[in-house]
Amino acid sequence: MDWLTGPLQLEFMQRALFVSVLIGLACSVVGVYVVLRNLSFIGDGIAHASFAGIVIAYLMKLNLYVGGLIVAVITALGIGAVSRRSQVSMDTAIGVLFTATFALGVLLMSRARNYLVDLQDFLFGNVLAVDARDMALVAALTAAVLLIVAMLYKELLFTTFDPLMAQASGIPTAALGNLLLVMLAVTIIVSLQAAGIVLVAALLVTPAATAFQLTNRFGAMMGISAAVGVGSAVVGLYASYYLNAASGSTIVLTATACFFLASLFSPKRRSLLSQVLQTRRRGVRAQPQSAVRAQQ
Amino acid sequence: MSEGKHDHTHVDPGTQAVSRDHSHAMPATAPHLHRHDGHPPGKVLAIEAGARVAIRLEGVCAGYYGRDVLDEVGFTVERGDFVGIIGPNGSGKTTLLKVIAGLLEPQCGSVEVLGAPPGHSRSIGYVPQAESVNWSFPVSVFDVVLMGVYGKLGLFHNPSEADRTAASAALEEVGMREYAGVQIGELSGGQQQRVFVARSLVQDPELLLLDEPIAGVDATSQHAIFTLLEQRQRKGMTIVATTHDLSCVATWFGKVLCLNHHVIAYGSPSEVLTDETLSATFGSHVLVIPEVHAATRSAQH
Repeated sequence: MDWLTGPLQLEFMQRALFVSVLIGLACSVVGVYVVLRNLSFIGDGIAHASFAGIVIAYLMKLNLYVGGLIVAVITALGIGAVSRRSQVSMDTAIGVLFTATFALGVLLMSRARNYLVDLQDFLFGNVLAVDARDMALVAALTAAVLLIVAMLYKELLFTTFDPLMAQASGIPTAALGNLLLVMLAVTIIVSLQAAGIVLVAALLVTPAATAFQLTNRFGAMMGISAAVGVGSAVVGLYASYYLNAASGSTIVLTATACFFLASLFSPKRRSLLSQVLQTRRRGVRAQPQSAVRAQQ
Repeated sequence: MSEGKHDHTHVDPGTQAVSRDHSHAMPATAPHLHRHDGHPPGKVLAIEAGARVAIRLEGVCAGYYGRDVLDEVGFTVERGDFVGIIGPNGSGKTTLLKVIAGLLEPQCGSVEVLGAPPGHSRSIGYVPQAESVNWSFPVSVFDVVLMGVYGKLGLFHNPSEADRTAASAALEEVGMREYAGVQIGELSGGQQQRVFVARSLVQDPELLLLDEPIAGVDATSQHAIFTLLEQRQRKGMTIVATTHDLSCVATWFGKVLCLNHHVIAYGSPSEVLTDETLSATFGSHVLVIPEVHAATRSAQH
């Protein structure tokens, strides 16, 4: 059992494990909404856009998370507004605006004379570098996210499944949508520590997508997603220790392995693999109606 | 609800509360309404004094991205009416339902629903078009029906045992009890619509709006759905449903509204379902002629 307990003798590994588990939990819970509401590209966009805020905060010698968080929340709410009014397709708007904001961050970073390594940590994540203050921040924000999800569970479920009926029957769907986007922004910023801008979208999407293949119940999907998120964080962190590799990449690849295992053994008829097999065996016309709809 | 770009026509707040109050006769409301400059006056239906109005639209235009789908739409639905909105695809049926439900703000005109501006009542049921629902969503049939009570529960309250019993009873009523644990996407189109109707029964709204409830639905489910809706209507529920299936219109609806961006005709099926209005609504290629005009149909063949 030495290989399990050994790394935990090191203080930086204890901290890293603490932060990774909390981030894995927060991301996989919020990720359920991200997957069911098709927000994954938005999550990716918010993460990239926040980089400009981080760099600006760095140049002004302010707290990097606060800088990133401000830009992330503004962008998240901006998307909310754009998605309600714009004529441009959402994907296009995100593709243009967020990569531009990211480019601005890169420009500012490359102009800074003392090109610094700790900014690179935000790109790819470095959970081994967390300090006590980071731990407190992650713990507080994870608790806040879980509390909000628990309190608004019924409303968030309703607006995610049937926004029209929910709004007609008096649920404040627009406000809930904005709240969810802000929660997404906060979760992303907190998670940059472990996964970095480039990989954080996977922490959000992969556990939830894994859970989606294994259950037909919303509550169970959230539970399985959380289990996959936390499990991947633990396994990925150990893998990063023994492989001497970046923790973000090992955590994400562990979750991805879960995803493919789930698609292989999914009991649902519409799982990726069984759909392919069914199509091969019986031809497209024989697919159940639900499978055809699910693909749309 | 914020104001749009145009100068809105507003219902005097004094009249809004009146139509809710069943015990008093309603005063004539017409003088309280004033129209904005952009449209000629006088096209609106006369408003009978004392009518128990559920929905009133006047000079409503609405659409998406500045393009008007509805143009100068005005009509009144009384409480307890069973109204069918017919019209071809893209004629504005869904847009009209969304305006009534408070899901879309009109660019001009005035809307009054259950005695208040739209979106101010929790007693509106809405059954969306099947295409707009994510059927792969991980919810069971029972979960979907239970959502009927969510609007009335308010924040931080969870459904009670009584709510769960009501959901089971509603599933029984639509003949879907044995499917309670099934994921919603595994049902046929007709079964899905029956589940959504069961959710409306649980919600028990004063006004129920259904968007294409029988599109792609087999005859058995169609009959079951309409029978249930009719029972509720007899108990006082106001029901408005869109459809482009003309075969059921004369049988089930008390009133029919022919819509093609504006109101072409509105009245009882026998008044409205004439060759003239139907070709004005659908263009010249009406393939399905309702039963009341069977004589016309046999003449054409």
